[in-house]
Amino acid sequence: MSALRAPAIDVRRARAPRRSVLLLAIMLLLTAYTLLPLLYLVVNSTKSLDDFFRTFGLAFGSGFALPANVAEVFTHDGGVFGGWLLNTLLYSVVGGGGAAVLATFAGYGIAKFRFPGRRALFAVILGAVAIPGTALALPTFLLFSNLGLTNTPWAVIIPSLVSPFGLYLMWTYTVDAVPSELLEAARIDGAGELRTFFTVSLRLLAPGFVTVVLFSVVATWNNYFLPLIMLSDPRWYPLTVGLAQWNAQSAQSTAQPIQNLVLTGSLISIIPLVVAFLLLQRFWQSGLAAGSVKQ
Amino acid sequence: MAIVTAPGRSPARSRAGAGRAARREAANGWLFVLPFVVVFLVAIVAPVGYAIGLSLFRDQLVGGTAFVGGANYLKALTDPALWGGVLRVVLFLVIQVPIMLIIALVAALALDSGRLRFAGAFRILLFLPYAVPGVVAVLIWGFIYGPRYGLAGSLNHALGAGLLEPLSPQWVLGAIVNIVTWEFAGYNMLIFYSALRTVSTELYEAAELDGAGPLRIVWSIKLPALRGAIVIATVFSIIGSFQLFNEPNLLKPLAPNAIVSSYTPNLYAYTLSFAGQQDNYSATVAIVMGVLTAVIAYVVQVRGMRRDAR
Repeated sequence: MSALRAPAIDVRRARAPRRSVLLLAIMLLLTAYTLLPLLYLVVNSTKSLDDFFRTFGLAFGSGFALPANVAEVFTHDGGVFGGWLLNTLLYSVVGGGGAAVLATFAGYGIAKFRFPGRRALFAVILGAVAIPGTALALPTFLLFSNLGLTNTPWAVIIPSLVSPFGLYLMWTYTVDAVPSELLEAARIDGAGELRTFFTVSLRLLAPGFVTVVLFSVVATWNNYFLPLIMLSDPRWYPLTVGLAQWNAQSAQSTAQPIQNLVLTGSLISIIPLVVAFLLLQRFWQSGLAAGSVKQ
Repeated sequence: MAIVTAPGRSPARSRAGAGRAARREAANGWLFVLPFVVVFLVAIVAPVGYAIGLSLFRDQLVGGTAFVGGANYLKALTDPALWGGVLRVVLFLVIQVPIMLIIALVAALALDSGRLRFAGAFRILLFLPYAVPGVVAVLIWGFIYGPRYGLAGSLNHALGAGLLEPLSPQWVLGAIVNIVTWEFAGYNMLIFYSALRTVSTELYEAAELDGAGPLRIVWSIKLPALRGAIVIATVFSIIGSFQLFNEPNLLKPLAPNAIVSSYTPNLYAYTLSFAGQQDNYSATVAIVMGVLTAVIAYVVQVRGMRRDAR
């Protein structure tokens, strides 16, 4: 797509070199709004608790307390934060990564094989795209608590494994990127279907797969409602639930104030995703394009 | 494998060979689909079925759990706490969704205009909030809203008046509107922008030759091209509004007087199950909200598409 568009953009640039000041002003305003909370977060993560209470929100404090804050985040309450970070990694990699793997297999299967029940299955799964995770979380909790699965990592991982939207994306991607003639040729050469998938198709599907991994990992990383209801032992909490608990604690007037830990912990929790998004721009942008073209 | 496949490809394929090939293709298809289907059954179909089952029973003080048919649903239909929450999320979405989508639309059109300097940088920066967990977004805005040492507090102090009170009962819904808009405007901008990139530039060139100005091109070509994307974004925003939970639940400790436990339907269902031990009724509320959300999303989609066809 980008190859096709490139010359067109040049033509447009050549014809309309005038840059709009109005558009620039609007976008600068929107960017300021977008960056305000992030700036607030960064600035206040560098302040001691004392400075946080005494200085203006967007001004730096008297000292640079970021290293001290980070150290305190990881040692507070017996070092529970490090565990939350590892749990979040576990849930994101196994749950989100697993969701992408299952969605890729199934999207490929529906796109490239004819089998009884295929259309009905696809219709049911597409219908489930519209079911929001939060609406499902409570019924899933009620079922899992009846089965004695709550308060284990599985209670968070199993629901994260299913991504109807990921399947839809991989179906679209397979239809576009994997020519049936190529599979036919591999079959004539005597390759089994699994071998064909891993040696031929997967390479063609890689960009789509990375996109789905990225989106499902982010969804799991950011999930709050599901782990909140599934887990009661703080040792199993992911970052979101743990940080929310710290915040609720510090909001009580009688408790020990730990606002600096909530802020610094929040900063630590968003850095991996922001870095991932910046490094993998090409992938999520192509994923969004696929999602918007094929509706 | 090759031996079995070959007859299917030869002109003189036998009926038995074709049948065998079709059966093998079906088996292979199910092999690829099966892992997903198993998790789909466990994580989506079974919970929904279980919740429907739960909603037909009631825990009674005398006699334990009893089948009550539609009694829980009758209770839900006349429950002022539930419908108060529904009205609140409807008010929320009527305000929030248009604001967010207009911001996203303006930003996407600006990015696509070819007249914007630093378009690449703006695209990334405005999308950044999507990488911020919703929980962290609410925590940061919660600090900013703080009357004592947040930015709102500082501003009030500077002005010498309690001008900004985002966490007061009158303003807390607006405070949530702001947070959700901040979280998702950039995401919707990218959706719209991606849709705009698929429009053939030849259309623009033809329009320019016909003497159409940039606004005319936006109105007559770009907006119609975006109609499908706008309908989808609206549907997803409505679904999200009806499921509102994170923001009120996380602001509740900061604004205990402004946010009650039935502030949104989802918060209400959560409270019923966790504070009230009323699992049967909680399941009923979850199902009623699921059906209501699906119906409204469906209506929006059908109406949006019908306008499309006209």
